[in-house]
Amino acid sequence: MQRFLSPLILALVALGVWLLADSNFVLRIATLVFIFGVAAIGLNVLVGDAGQVSLGHAGFLGIGAYATAVGPAALGVHPLLAGAAGVVIAGALAFAVGRPVLRLKGHALAVATLGLGILIFMVLTNEAWLTGGPDGMRVARAEVFGVRLRGAALWFIISSVVLVLAALVAETLKASPTGRALRALHDSEVAAATAGIDVAAYKTVAFVVAAVYGAIAGVMLALFEGFVTPDVAGFLTSIELVTMVVLGGMGSVLGAVAGAAILTALPQLLTIFQEYEHMMLGLVMMVVMIALRRGIVPSLVALWPQRRGLKR
Amino acid sequence: MAALSVENLSIAFGGIRAVDGVSFEAAAGAVTAIIGPNGAGKTTLFNMMSGVYRPTGGRVSLFGEDVTGLPPQGLALRGLSRTFQNLQVFFRMSAAENVMVGTHLSARRGVWRHLLPLPALFRAERASYDAACAELAHVGLEGEADRPAGALPYGSLKQLEIARALAAGPKALLLDEPAAGCNGAETARLSALVRRLADEGLAIVLVEHDMAMVMRVSDRVVVLDQGRVIADGAPAQVRADPAVRSAYLGGTS
Repeated sequence: MQRFLSPLILALVALGVWLLADSNFVLRIATLVFIFGVAAIGLNVLVGDAGQVSLGHAGFLGIGAYATAVGPAALGVHPLLAGAAGVVIAGALAFAVGRPVLRLKGHALAVATLGLGILIFMVLTNEAWLTGGPDGMRVARAEVFGVRLRGAALWFIISSVVLVLAALVAETLKASPTGRALRALHDSEVAAATAGIDVAAYKTVAFVVAAVYGAIAGVMLALFEGFVTPDVAGFLTSIELVTMVVLGGMGSVLGAVAGAAILTALPQLLTIFQEYEHMMLGLVMMVVMIALRRGIVPSLVALWPQRRGLKR
Repeated sequence: MAALSVENLSIAFGGIRAVDGVSFEAAAGAVTAIIGPNGAGKTTLFNMMSGVYRPTGGRVSLFGEDVTGLPPQGLALRGLSRTFQNLQVFFRMSAAENVMVGTHLSARRGVWRHLLPLPALFRAERASYDAACAELAHVGLEGEADRPAGALPYGSLKQLEIARALAAGPKALLLDEPAAGCNGAETARLSALVRRLADEGLAIVLVEHDMAMVMRVSDRVVVLDQGRVIADGAPAQVRADPAVRSAYLGGTS
């Protein structure tokens, strides 16, 4: 049962971090890793499985995050309800934009998705009456059954649970007719179509799944940080998300989380290099890509002795 | 009624008529071969018949239904499948998964059911995997189910494409140069497979350069030259046709 393996590993990793963490600082970093891990797992469905690039994916995180912030502030709805609405809006936008945009390939697709991301970023920045503009806005603390959703320990648990569920759903999808259709059109669109797969529809499915995962990550980020700025939807965040997927390993759920860990946690470790911190991060990324070109997790798994006749 | 019939089919690329008024029929339970010199328009004809190109004129019918200009997935739904001259294997998947993609149309679709890890999905996957193994055995690839497609030898990849096409449960199968690049043993194995599939009732249309294979497996041979049909008949009859000989030898007819 391959599909339960990566959720199980992630659950054990979360448990290990929980037992070994000696400070709230560690739990906070781990929480950020898990939140971006959810976004990266989703983006991996689009990039790693279906083979379609998106350079504007942070836009969907922005929609989730700002729905969570704006909903309670402007309409007085519960933050979680507002967050759920944000997830639905992100999915609907991806569905509407998916078909025309995903007809494009390669560089044209990259530029079109980049444009989508910039568009969302500009709306969040310019509509200051609603979003607080470039300075961002506070997020009301969510309260569920009298429990305020705050504190490092609680958010570590919430993000761990969401990450494990996100991995389980992604693995289930991967080993299903839909997941196979996505991987098939990645390798050959014409052969996929010949097998009866509606290529345009399935690309849109991947785009919507990735958008929903991104928006869920955005909702968690807003509630966890208690503050949102347009940077969550910015170009740099989009690039970081794609880097997480490629660095960790295209098509690998664990790889996406490993990529999220490197891009989120490594800068914290590299602060010992002080002003050379960003140079070191760049160097690590280059060396990893050169040494492990299929990404960290798939390359390491390939080093393992081949297991033949793997039952699924 | 012919399984597959092509009437007056034409396509032009930038004023050049690559296929010009081609008509022929392919019967169920028979192998119809399309031969001709390089550039005669064989693959272009295939691409129109399988919905990859939209013809500029003429008609393609599948069991009497007009299917001209339908996209490949529409044709797959109506029982037409194909393989490709340049391999279009899903190299990132195992052999079994390649064939399971072929069963896409018969699988229970709907993304919702593929998101939740429920026993019904696991059972369906197991059944689909078993069906794929059976189809692999059908084309002579038993025991290769869990190998990555990228690790299979060339001849086996040709068989894998046929297994994937068969998994869709087609009534008509287009094979585009199945023996190209294969050695003698692989070609012999493919010839036997093609003949067997026709004997099982499939309508097979074959584009092939290997004349020995064409003469051995075909019931009928259609000869194309410069986008037109120059001969159509039984293999022996076509082989003796002077127009065919001159087309192949490059003479002025």
